Amino acid sequence: MEEIVNLFHGFAVVLQPYNIMLMFVGILLGVIIGVLPGLGGANGVAILLPLTFSMSPTSAIIMLSCIYWGALFGGAITSILFNIPGEPWSVATTFDGHPMAQKGQAGEALTAAFTSSFVGALFAVILITLVAPLVAKFALQFGPAEKFAVFFLAFCSFIGMGKEPPFKTVASMMIGFALAAVGLDSMTGQLRLTFGFTEFLNGFDFLIAVIGLFGIGEILLTMEEGLSFKGRAAGINPRVVLQTWRELPRYWMTSLRSCVIGCWMGISPAGATPASFMSYGIAKRTSKNGDKFGTGEIEGVVAPETAAHAAGTAALLPMLSLGVPGSPTAAVLLGGLLIWGLQPGPLLFVEQKDFVWGLIASMYLGNIVGLIVVLTCVPLFAAILRIPFSIIAPIILVMCAIGAYTVHNSTFDVVMMLVFGVIGYVLKKCNYPLAPMVLAIVLGDKAEEAFRQSLLGSQGGLGVFFSNGLVGSIMSLGLIALFWPLIQRTWTRLRPAPAA
Amino acid sequence: MTDTSHAAASGPRHRAVELGVAIAMIAFGALVMYGSLQVGIGWGAEGPKSGFFPFYLGVLIILSSVMNLVTATTLDPQQIFADWSQLLSVLSVVVPTAIYVVAVPWTGIYAASLVLIAVFMTWLGRYSVAMSAAVSIGTIVAIYLMFEKWFLVPLPKGPIEDFFAL
Amino acid sequence: MTNPAKSRGIATCGIAAALGAAALAITPAAAAWEPTRPVEFIVPAGTGGGADQMARVIQGIVTKHKLMNQSMVVINKSGGAGGEGFLDVKGSKGNPHKLIITLSNLFTTPLGTGIPFNWKDLTPVAMMALDEFILWVPADAPYKTAPEYVAAAKAAPGTMKMGGTGSKQEDQIITVAIEKATGAKFIYIPYKGGGEVAVQLVGKHVNSTVNNPIEAVAQWRAGQLKPLCVFDAQNLPVKDKIAGEMSWADIPTCKSQGLDIEYLMLRGVFTTPGATADQVAFYVDLLKKVRETPEWKALMHDGAFNQTFMSGADYAKWVEKEEGRHRDLMKEAGFLATTN
Repeated sequence: MEEIVNLFHGFAVVLQPYNIMLMFVGILLGVIIGVLPGLGGANGVAILLPLTFSMSPTSAIIMLSCIYWGALFGGAITSILFNIPGEPWSVATTFDGHPMAQKGQAGEALTAAFTSSFVGALFAVILITLVAPLVAKFALQFGPAEKFAVFFLAFCSFIGMGKEPPFKTVASMMIGFALAAVGLDSMTGQLRLTFGFTEFLNGFDFLIAVIGLFGIGEILLTMEEGLSFKGRAAGINPRVVLQTWRELPRYWMTSLRSCVIGCWMGISPAGATPASFMSYGIAKRTSKNGDKFGTGEIEGVVAPETAAHAAGTAALLPMLSLGVPGSPTAAVLLGGLLIWGLQPGPLLFVEQKDFVWGLIASMYLGNIVGLIVVLTCVPLFAAILRIPFSIIAPIILVMCAIGAYTVHNSTFDVVMMLVFGVIGYVLKKCNYPLAPMVLAIVLGDKAEEAFRQSLLGSQGGLGVFFSNGLVGSIMSLGLIALFWPLIQRTWTRLRPAPAA
Repeated sequence: MTDTSHAAASGPRHRAVELGVAIAMIAFGALVMYGSLQVGIGWGAEGPKSGFFPFYLGVLIILSSVMNLVTATTLDPQQIFADWSQLLSVLSVVVPTAIYVVAVPWTGIYAASLVLIAVFMTWLGRYSVAMSAAVSIGTIVAIYLMFEKWFLVPLPKGPIEDFFAL
Repeated sequence: MTNPAKSRGIATCGIAAALGAAALAITPAAAAWEPTRPVEFIVPAGTGGGADQMARVIQGIVTKHKLMNQSMVVINKSGGAGGEGFLDVKGSKGNPHKLIITLSNLFTTPLGTGIPFNWKDLTPVAMMALDEFILWVPADAPYKTAPEYVAAAKAAPGTMKMGGTGSKQEDQIITVAIEKATGAKFIYIPYKGGGEVAVQLVGKHVNSTVNNPIEAVAQWRAGQLKPLCVFDAQNLPVKDKIAGEMSWADIPTCKSQGLDIEYLMLRGVFTTPGATADQVAFYVDLLKKVRETPEWKALMHDGAFNQTFMSGADYAKWVEKEEGRHRDLMKEAGFLATTN
């Protein structure tokens, strides 16, 4: 009950006109940041952080967290329209979102993405409101072995689901892992696979690879098929939002499952990226329309977006209560807390009630404001596809180049982007799946790090991955997911054949 | 995909491209293994050495690519990858973009982007010079305001920006 | 600041303006050079870490108090343990609009990876502060003092896990120094950031850490962690009660506990090679002004920083000495890159 009282107090803080104005400004800035590739949420918040020093901590966190929500919403826009995910967790959204846009259903895809994001975030905020202290204890259980188990589960629930030849999937994924390994090995502090080139010090950032493989590759494929975007002719219907809403409740099971996956990943803290891939993978396996995933299924947009947004929101909880960020953006917000003179950690909930409950209340309201803002813009976004290809394509190329540049402020990365673009075009034509490669680039180094930390702790014993109930059950889930097709086949064989 | 419908047209063979990709991947795998051996693949004082994982990744890349190579040899030798006119239009994007990305460190991103957009629109889109100029100038001004002024993200600049002291 | 001035009326405003003009007239004489475009502030570490936070605080202070006529832009170049950032500044010879904030990786990265860089490739500006290191264990751990902990580690060799940030960097150097000094053996496990390390300790996935004060203070106050000793020659200066009856000043030095190890981490600012004396003087002056602001003082207080300030030849000499020390420490630990 005390939580509810506190929450209402928080609403009172947030509903001051000044704070509401900041919310709108934050959401708009966030959407812009999310749309511009390279200016991710973490960057955006970091850039704008100093501007908030003159505000009160509560107002500042309201604005910054709204930028964060805005960026989460905005990331879906370029993924769906141009196949360019601006953030790692939007990658899974492209799998079905972009095909939908190509079929002329950009409006539906955007509405589904935004609405699912909202549902995911709402679920996570409710969880934070009700069980914050409990959840914080859960997060403490996650050592290196548990983290590796989570990554393992993410990979297992995702691989083996495409129609592409299995050896091409393996090759693609292993190349992704190898690219992720380039640069400094954080475990030994040693450079590897750089062959003496200082340009390779940073390794291959996911964003450069994905802008090239997906974004540039897509433009090249479009060029090959003639100078136009597919789906351009589709009419823009202002009622598309309501029509899509009527359809969405059908996927409540997918939504709920994605919410749970998202919250778990956000708290653990593995983050939004494994959450979105895992959620997509599981939805594909359990859905009746699983075979059609990848060709523009609305459920394939709902699953990753719900999970990503739930995880993104839930990631703020360990940040506040433990002082450990669940995402890069949360890390920057954490820096902000210290600058405002607030100490994130177990005592924040006790000592800074105004701040904490103001933030939680702003999560509710910020998401509602965000949803309204982005949904009203759906027809506008969808209309971008009506711009002739020969105008929009060079602008996309320029934006991609800027995006690639801003990741490390390096012009070498811009060259690499084009190289990845050509590779993406050729691989796609040769029927190599690109998603496993991207997944491996995003999570490869984190998974390797967790694996080696665990082995260091156990001095080489693999038993560490089954040493307690938590890690053991996650690993078992992973193994089940890996062998799911086999299990399913055995199951159907063992079951007595139905009368029909 | 598009390949079958153009089976009669001329162009590089799909099989040759598949074989080339598989061979390139084998080479990449070998490079990864070589790089891993350089940093050590055994078990050191700090647990597995830096090259431990990449080495086996290299092995797996080579193994799976060999399988892909074998599969590729069984492909229909007549099927084409894409016909020449299609490849030409792909190259009409790749070549200007390649010049663009190489030019950026010298000219700065603004001048290069201006030229890229204008050339693309007039050459491939057959728009009037006035229209192309308007769109390209409008775009780079928007980019300048958004990145340099609002978000304080410095983008690469060249002699032209130095001249205007931007 | 501005509000009282406003209320005093036009006459005072006029005087204030005149004074301001006078001040403006004096400052250019003191520092003849001023930046003519935005100053890039490079952070050779990721967003959210200690160096990043400090850079962003400086940026915020410069912006808020209008200490510079141009804006300051913080850019993270964390690739290759910061090597990317150092190489970038090294390669910007003759561009005075670039600063870099350093941590110990100024020495450890080139020594450990063999990248072609040395601090002498940069122009020293000023030391802003020194960061302290403290030996932490979980609050309910059975040992109360550093010697007890070392004894426990010795009794069970190869099972005590020490968590730290990064590999072959400050945390691991201290760990190796403890091992050399006592003969105890730890398993060092590197993590990405200081905050994560502190939480891993609370979750008991490691047995001890050598976190900076600011990284673990929240968990200390919440009664989850306890400090054993500080790796400095004297006790910390901050006497406010922080955790129950304890203050930073109550933490004994490791030396007084028989663990003769001192380690402080540089938080200093450098600029590009070839910067003129005027340019360096401008930045030294700017950073001095930053140090006078209440925001900076609050940060120093919260993080129990050692507030030594140095510039010019003193600073260069200090850095030189520190480089030699790191070379020795890393050589002893066997961390030098094979190419060196």
